[in-house]
Amino acid sequence: MAREITYQTAINEALAQEMERDPSVVVFGEDVAGGMEAPGEDDAWGGVLGVTKGLYHRFPGRVLDTPISESAYVGAAAGAAASGLRPVAELMFVDFMGVCLDQIFNQAAKFRYMFGGRAKTPMVIRTMWGAGIRAASQHSQALYSIFTHIPGLKVAVPATPYDAKGLLIAAIRDDDPVIFLEHKVLYDVKGDVPEEPYALPFGEANIVREGGDVTVVALGRMVSFAEQAADALEDDGIDCEIVDPRTTSPLDEDTILESVENTGRLVVVDEANPRCGMACDIAARVAQEAFEDLKAPPRMVTAPHSPVPFSPVLEDAYVPSVDAIAAAVRETAGAPSPA
Amino acid sequence: MSDAIEKLGMPKWGLSMTEGRLVDWLVEEGAELQVGDEVAEVSTEKIDGVVESPAAGVLRRRVATVGEVVPVGGLLGVIADAAVSDADVDRFIDEFQASFVPEEAEEEAGPAPETVAVEAGTLRFLRQGESGEPLVLLHGFGGDLNNWLFAAPALAGQHVVYALDLPGHGESFKDVGAGDVDQLVGAVRIFLDFGDLEVVHLAGHSLGGLAAACFALEEPARVASLTLVASAGLGEEINRDYIEGFIEAERRRDLKPVLELLFADPGLVTRQLVDDVLKYKRIDGVDEALRAIAGNLFADGRQCVVIADRLAELEVPILVVWGREDRIIPAAHAERAPEGAQVHILDGTGHSPHMEAAGDFNRIVGGFLAGAGARARQ
Repeated sequence: MAREITYQTAINEALAQEMERDPSVVVFGEDVAGGMEAPGEDDAWGGVLGVTKGLYHRFPGRVLDTPISESAYVGAAAGAAASGLRPVAELMFVDFMGVCLDQIFNQAAKFRYMFGGRAKTPMVIRTMWGAGIRAASQHSQALYSIFTHIPGLKVAVPATPYDAKGLLIAAIRDDDPVIFLEHKVLYDVKGDVPEEPYALPFGEANIVREGGDVTVVALGRMVSFAEQAADALEDDGIDCEIVDPRTTSPLDEDTILESVENTGRLVVVDEANPRCGMACDIAARVAQEAFEDLKAPPRMVTAPHSPVPFSPVLEDAYVPSVDAIAAAVRETAGAPSPA
Repeated sequence: MSDAIEKLGMPKWGLSMTEGRLVDWLVEEGAELQVGDEVAEVSTEKIDGVVESPAAGVLRRRVATVGEVVPVGGLLGVIADAAVSDADVDRFIDEFQASFVPEEAEEEAGPAPETVAVEAGTLRFLRQGESGEPLVLLHGFGGDLNNWLFAAPALAGQHVVYALDLPGHGESFKDVGAGDVDQLVGAVRIFLDFGDLEVVHLAGHSLGGLAAACFALEEPARVASLTLVASAGLGEEINRDYIEGFIEAERRRDLKPVLELLFADPGLVTRQLVDDVLKYKRIDGVDEALRAIAGNLFADGRQCVVIADRLAELEVPILVVWGREDRIIPAAHAERAPEGAQVHILDGTGHSPHMEAAGDFNRIVGGFLAGAGARARQ
């Protein structure tokens, strides 16, 4: 039965339900059992923010704390996946992927292809991303475009509790390696989530809001920012259609193109840095496939080409704002900006 | 002549509706209205509908403007006798607007679905109405209790209305086993026993109609009347493309054209309706349940259980309602209703007259139930 739970609880519930359903699902990572300030196993903290709390006692022997060595345990996950388990490895922050990138993009992503389709790698790497909690440059990045770039990986960037649970269950059941990116600022956001397990297919965008004037494509935390901008723009008579791709690989290009066919205008909102990111990718696809439909150049609203600042004032200025989104929409719609 | 001033309010269609948008006024200010006249078109996230006049009188004010979003219970217009002064009408509006609190703040007061624990899991139902002879509503294939969003509140004035989620559907348990009629009939029996409902009026749409009819045949003493809405079980034909398309569709663009088959006006299929059905279809066990039921009851594009001939055995009043433009089960099946049954075929309406022609549907069913109740008490 649907009830309101947080994004964090939705992720925990997806893990618990899949571990219940399938004994080959295992969880490991730094502090996923014990963790910060935990006196011992009896008070297992469940990761740095408690996302895996409760799993350790419920599934004995299947929730493993690892040494602080991402390359070792992500590699172990790839090997476990290739030999029969369905591991969910937690990379505490996506920023740490540099340590274990070889295991991800040279190993896990390549097995199925290089072994002629005779190997599968059903692993999930869950990781936190995004700015907004004063965690500085090494714990705040939005690096999903790097994974999206690599064939052989699937990439999910859920924006709501409903999507988080359904996409994580789909990720665990998927036979390919999936990078599952959880925005840390969304952990406390509540939404309607069915109690029963359900799998949300990858590559199906969510039309968050229908509108005929401007297509706004947004990901992760930016979806709610786009909604706030759309509310403000409605008063000016501009109807935004908001499309959340939900997964960047595969990307639901059809839904984006159909929307642009209807509106003729595109704004892409991306919390990531501007160069070689999802905003560029989506804008380029639309420019190539829907050029005839466009009434104005596509616009991108992104973070600047800069590390995420530690200063709270600068961090707030770094993240694309509701006002910046609204301004970009007005500009592409040819509407005057408010005085 | 009356000095009563009636509010024309934003209706509540379905549990999740908190507001609606006024699409258009259908009558001018000053128009004479009878109860049930169509006054305004309203769109909601889930579905569009028509607001009917709650009273006889003159539409004195169109308070809401076209395009305005009004909370449930908020003021759309004011109906009063022509003799009531403008000043009184204005005072009514001012007082209403000053004291009106949108429902959101007190939503706990609204009806909430309940569940019954059964061996296979839980059965979910929604009870509406305080008193009157009980009426049990059974939705169709792939549907749920929300399909009665227009009918249940309207009929709850005269009845205690129970809308049930059948096994495999809504938020009821999903393991339907073989997926045969016996299981659906058994769920109805369990529900009635749970609620101490000895005798009920039973109404079913499509698959739910078949379940209702089969229950009535098994336990005629427990059924005061039988209402069959675009019902299965009256003939062999059924739209195979709908059944198979509904089961196979995993994505919005595949499901939308399938759902459009349900209505004469495909514009009624909103994004939210498609999303809600997709959310249901993604739940573990639903795919298996739908395939089991379809495999058992609608195999190879034919209805496998046809009970039309047996309905004549029933001594209870029977009502058959159909949409003339039904593209799932042909309206011609209404002709198989037994002698003495009331039959209504509604023009310009598809497979879901309870949603697409809600006003007419509610009047027909309400009138039928009143008559059937009177008969039962004799």
